[in-house]
Amino acid sequence: MFGRLTIDSLPFYSAVAASGAAVTVLGGLAVAGAITYFGAWRMVMTQWVSSVDHKKIGIMYIMLALVMLLRGFVDAAMMRSQQAVAYNSDGYLPPDHFDQIFSSHGTIMIFFMAMPFLSGLANLIVPQQIGSRDVAFPFMNSVSLWLTTAGAGLMLISLVVGKFSTAGWTGYPPYSGVEYTPGVGVDYWLWMVFVAGFGTTMTGINFLVTIIKNRAPGMTMFRLPLFTWTMLITSVLIIFAFPALTVACAMLILDRNFGFHFFTNAMGGNMMNYINLFWLWGHPEVYILILPAFGVFSEVVSTFSQKRLFGYISLVLATCAIGLLSFTVWLHHFFTMGSSAKVNSFFGTMTTIISVPTGVKVFDWLLTMYRGRIIFKPPMLFTIGFLVTFVIGGLSGVLLALPPIDYMMHNTTFLVAHFHNMIIPGVLFGYLAGYMYWFPKAFGFKLNEKWGTRAFWCWIIGFYVAFMPLYVLGMLGMPRRMEHYDIAAWQPHLIVAWVGAFIIMLGMICLGVQLVVSIRERNQALDLTGDPWNGRSLEWATSSPAAPYNFAVVPKVESRDAWWDMKQRGVAYERPAEYEDIVMPKNTYAGVVIGVAGGVFGFAAIWWMWWLALLALVVIAGTIIYRASDDDDEFIMTASEVKAIEDERFAQLAKAPKNEMADEPGFAGNAAPEPAE
Amino acid sequence: MSSVASMTISPRDAERYEEKDFGFWLYLMSDAVIFACLFATYLVMVGNAAGGPTPKDVFELDRAAAETALLLLSSTTFGVAAVALSAGDRGKVLLWLAITFLLGAGFIFLEIGEFTGMIAQGAGPDRSGFLSAFFTLVGTHGFHVSVGLVWIVVMFAQVFFKGLTAPVASRFMRLGLFWHFLDIIWVVIFSVVYLPGVL
Repeated sequence: MFGRLTIDSLPFYSAVAASGAAVTVLGGLAVAGAITYFGAWRMVMTQWVSSVDHKKIGIMYIMLALVMLLRGFVDAAMMRSQQAVAYNSDGYLPPDHFDQIFSSHGTIMIFFMAMPFLSGLANLIVPQQIGSRDVAFPFMNSVSLWLTTAGAGLMLISLVVGKFSTAGWTGYPPYSGVEYTPGVGVDYWLWMVFVAGFGTTMTGINFLVTIIKNRAPGMTMFRLPLFTWTMLITSVLIIFAFPALTVACAMLILDRNFGFHFFTNAMGGNMMNYINLFWLWGHPEVYILILPAFGVFSEVVSTFSQKRLFGYISLVLATCAIGLLSFTVWLHHFFTMGSSAKVNSFFGTMTTIISVPTGVKVFDWLLTMYRGRIIFKPPMLFTIGFLVTFVIGGLSGVLLALPPIDYMMHNTTFLVAHFHNMIIPGVLFGYLAGYMYWFPKAFGFKLNEKWGTRAFWCWIIGFYVAFMPLYVLGMLGMPRRMEHYDIAAWQPHLIVAWVGAFIIMLGMICLGVQLVVSIRERNQALDLTGDPWNGRSLEWATSSPAAPYNFAVVPKVESRDAWWDMKQRGVAYERPAEYEDIVMPKNTYAGVVIGVAGGVFGFAAIWWMWWLALLALVVIAGTIIYRASDDDDEFIMTASEVKAIEDERFAQLAKAPKNEMADEPGFAGNAAPEPAE
Repeated sequence: MSSVASMTISPRDAERYEEKDFGFWLYLMSDAVIFACLFATYLVMVGNAAGGPTPKDVFELDRAAAETALLLLSSTTFGVAAVALSAGDRGKVLLWLAITFLLGAGFIFLEIGEFTGMIAQGAGPDRSGFLSAFFTLVGTHGFHVSVGLVWIVVMFAQVFFKGLTAPVASRFMRLGLFWHFLDIIWVVIFSVVYLPGVL
């Protein structure tokens, strides 16, 4: 009945594990309690859980990402604390537990922090940037969200029931095979990645179709805002890369649970094939994460430099080039695994080449700032911090691209420092910049700037203090993932790194305080115009928060930087003579049912409750068939309803100052002449 | 599809169906990558028999040929159903869908026979890397065909109860893409797995 799930699966074997489980359970209860206290269940269920509105789905994705950012950060802090004290001592974490923590840290940060954050920003902004009323497949969007959430749910459950994988976030066999790692840990990892991966693939399909098919009239490909461009290439990468991950995971599942021999040592298995398949997904994934962040930086840097983006075409071409090249470098993740010198040379060369379009982008952003009138809002601070820090990470990456040097640095903390140097400033700073930049668009009020600035300084200083010592440690020969060590020279650096983690914690706290303070003082920071930053692209043409249909009248685009162009031509806030009926998708619970059933299926498969897994599959299939037979999934919002919403919007506009940025020093005005490129 | 265009549907609905078709094409592309990875794995592992049965020992060309015939024929009959749909002949659509279903089911029946026979001979997927790769590649295709069979049943019910409405015709179009796609994959399986295995 319960498969291999027994009472021993509860985490009473260690105080640290038990307290982690307790925090998780209490956190869940606190959220449920808060919803009950505010009597909000009805609202949550009917307006959020069942919603197919891309803006609400985007907000839910980002909430998930922020929660998981906290969870992943706690893991990181625990590791840093352990390593700071573990010189000639066991520290406070037993090896098995330490291994679970580094595995869950990587898994969470990639799959359940970065990916939902990316999907969230895309959902929130892309349709508005291209002048569309919705994504192409609103229902599939809801399924994607809830499958991703189901994966994250399995992640959280693993803390309470059973143990997590000790095989790292990459799950390399044969260690992750059943012979060396029996138990449920690796199965948790596999099934959560598998379930969430389906959601991500659907997101990729959804956004590619949306951007190709749903653009407003006049929005040609070379007028697309850069964030949309990067999401377009990201979607292509998702569609072609995620299947490789699905295949690698499925094969490992078969090996572990059904005695197959894909990656075993004996019986004709070949573990290198896993590593090839995994990184065939894994390297494009790096660019799946970072390209949208590049998109955010492009938007932010031009808005806050009050200047059109320098070298738009070269940025687009660089994005496309990166998309192609990202499929030609995967082997640099395992230079040391015995491929021939020729193979290593090819992948070393390709890896060096891929830094060229990235360098092009850096110059484009710098030249956008050149002779711009920069306004130092928090999103801009994150962008500048990114530019400086990312170049350092890029240089250490070019170093690692040389196979001989990679042999020296392989599996040391130098590598750990390198990829954190790419991912924290490159990806996380980008997403945080996007979060602060587009927050008013989502909620109608701005985030507190003082706390945003503090968060930025803590993050960037903390980053340097935490990760620069790891470069040194790597050169001193410290392997990654050490639970304890006996080399005295390492400890001072590890203590410095621990201080860095502490400073980053202050950054996390600032982010939390910023959110709380901003909500409390929201009436002083209302965004009445919908265009708080004097923006350039179409998402600033809608009200904040945008109406369910985004645009009452689909805009006609006549130029790049469409909204800026409309403001200059004086047609930005024109009132249409009349409104039309708008067809909208109906809310549905089918998405959340499929998501929950997907999570139940994963849980059942982890614990070998095959009857439950089968039941979940039947529910999923039934829901899909039910949904596929339902031809009545849309409703009509009448012209008079639209008019009522728009009348309110124009009343608000009349009250609002026309430009909230006008008080900023160096404000260039709407119709300022552009400095020549 | 001409039938969709010939029915009276609004430009907005036509656009929606086009988006759905495009999205479905993209899904097929990602599915093609799944099969590409499985083919690559099979080619890497085909020699890893670990002292157990080799392709020559376990493949029966007759059965594989019969499976091929059934599947190719089912694609043809689906095409006939599509022609009937364009002509608006609901009875014929139902008839040819049913025939397509039977042919597909025959394919699955033969494949299950092949798999159970191999497992009974001690050539199951847990015997060697080669057999793991074989069962996974061919089994994944078989799983897709089974999903297609369920879809045909659903389609049959929709045509029966709803008639040849525009949404039904649009779904029928995508089912066709799916079914023909599986045919193509099977042709590659036949050429990459069975033929080199026995020749």
